[in-house]
Amino acid sequence: MAQIQCTDLSFTYDGVTVAEGINFTLKKGDYLCIVGENGSGKSTLVRGLLGLKAPAAGTITFGDGLFARGIGYLPQQTHLQKDFPASVREVVLSGCIGRFGNGLFYTKKEKQLAAYHMEKMGISDLAGRCYRELSGGQQQRVRLARALCATGELLLLDEPTAGLDPIVSRELYAMIEHLNKTEGITVVMVSHDTGAPFYAASHVLHLKHSQLFFGTREDYLASEAGKSFLGGLSDV
Amino acid sequence: MFNAIFDMLSYPFMQRALAVGILVSLCAALLGVSLVLRRYSMIGDGLSHVGFGALAIAAVANLAPLKVAIPVVVIAAFFLLRLSEDSRLKGDSAIAVISTSALAFGVLILSVGGGVNTDVYNYMFGSIYAMSEDDVVLSLSLSFIVLVLFILFYNRIFSVTFDETFARAGGIRVNAYTMLTAVLTAITIVLGMRMMGAMLISALIIFPALTAMRVFKTFRAVTIAAALIAIVSFAVGITLSYLFDAPGGATVVLVNLGAMLLFSCIGAIGKRK
Ligand SMILES: Nc1ncnc2c1ncn2[C@@H]1O[C@H](COP(=O)(O)OP(=O)(O)OP(=O)(O)O)[C@@H](O)[C@H]1O
Ligand SMILES: [Mg+2]
Repeated sequence: MAQIQCTDLSFTYDGVTVAEGINFTLKKGDYLCIVGENGSGKSTLVRGLLGLKAPAAGTITFGDGLFARGIGYLPQQTHLQKDFPASVREVVLSGCIGRFGNGLFYTKKEKQLAAYHMEKMGISDLAGRCYRELSGGQQQRVRLARALCATGELLLLDEPTAGLDPIVSRELYAMIEHLNKTEGITVVMVSHDTGAPFYAASHVLHLKHSQLFFGTREDYLASEAGKSFLGGLSDV
Repeated sequence: MFNAIFDMLSYPFMQRALAVGILVSLCAALLGVSLVLRRYSMIGDGLSHVGFGALAIAAVANLAPLKVAIPVVVIAAFFLLRLSEDSRLKGDSAIAVISTSALAFGVLILSVGGGVNTDVYNYMFGSIYAMSEDDVVLSLSLSFIVLVLFILFYNRIFSVTFDETFARAGGIRVNAYTMLTAVLTAITIVLGMRMMGAMLISALIIFPALTAMRVFKTFRAVTIAAALIAIVSFAVGITLSYLFDAPGGATVVLVNLGAMLLFSCIGAIGKRK
């Protein structure tokens, strides 16, 4: 059974269509890499999957026990967070917010969950530290731990390595790949990076206002869209 | 000096000023942490100027000040939030347009309506004689509501303040929380502004949060510290103003400034270690 199925999706801003004809299906454990140039509608699609932006047409169906609130989302750093007073523990724990329903306070189980994911991301010793005083790479791990608190099913990442140096980026990609391979967490990642994430992906979605390609990575490499995308980048 | 303070506490108007002031400072500080961190602190300033306009109308039309000012400022709060959320409009300049217009409007109304300059002065810079029994009851209930809501929704407030998009993805109704914050802020401002003054009340929202952030590094610590700093600064400020016969609002703001400088030093020393 499909975990996410998008049929004839399109998105508009103020009546202007920015992405259309999006059709794809993902199963549990798939790793989708969304590629495309700036402004091609990648972030818009991500917002659509999260239920933050209503599609102008088409449908998104979740299956396999997944629902929009159970998605672990790794958004771009906002400028607000740069000087925000919050401990690592507070940030990670806030990932459980979608599990609340009508509850008001974090339960012991949720606190354990947060501790478990901090351990897994190797940030347990930072738990009491101030989030804004961490390095970019450490902050990204904190945000990944927070996303994991929200989900056991699907991670949705929008350019997670923007602003990180190559070594830290590679570590982060390795971590995500590990989660995908060992825990069967479905990964949907927007990336301009043609290196590691691309080669970990099982599927590729190429957007350019409309959908140029969706399929497995092998098929993408052989396709026209894939050749021009990768060829164009290797020239740079 | 202790005798003087005992003296002060025996005057009913001082008891009212202290009660309302401490409660309003507490509410303003709690709401302020979220407003400052979300870059909405200008809204407090805008609302207080709108409140000034509303009080001016009430004074000239001889209506009960709070009954006019609270609804007007609550509506203005909705409006200002919309403006600052709309990315196409420049939020802060739109707020500046509204707040200066409301201020000018208020001054004109007061001068046409009665030409009483002391009223203008009192509304702008506050008067500790202004608090009535009703105000005490109202601020008691308001601060009770703010405290209860703040504690109940603490985790959601953190989530919304830290990362709106993530909170929204987690199913939190971000707009509802923002509106609630704005409405509570509006009421807090109206309650406090006749004592602190329209030009000075927004200091109660901004200063404690900024001061606490100089030293404390977790959200919980900043929140608690801001509340305590606000209460202590108000009590110290109003006592000083009584002892030295200085204007209340201005003294409280300067004590807040002093606290901020003190905390900045502590923060700087802490960093060097
Ligand atoms: N809030 C908005 N209002 C109006 N137009 C928008 C809004 N957000 C995005 N757009 C437009 O929608 C189009 C797609 O934007 P989107 O952010 O999805 O692109 P993207 O593929 O994520 O680009 P990038 O690689 O730069 O992140 C762009 O042309 C952009 O200008
Ligand atoms: Mg984008």
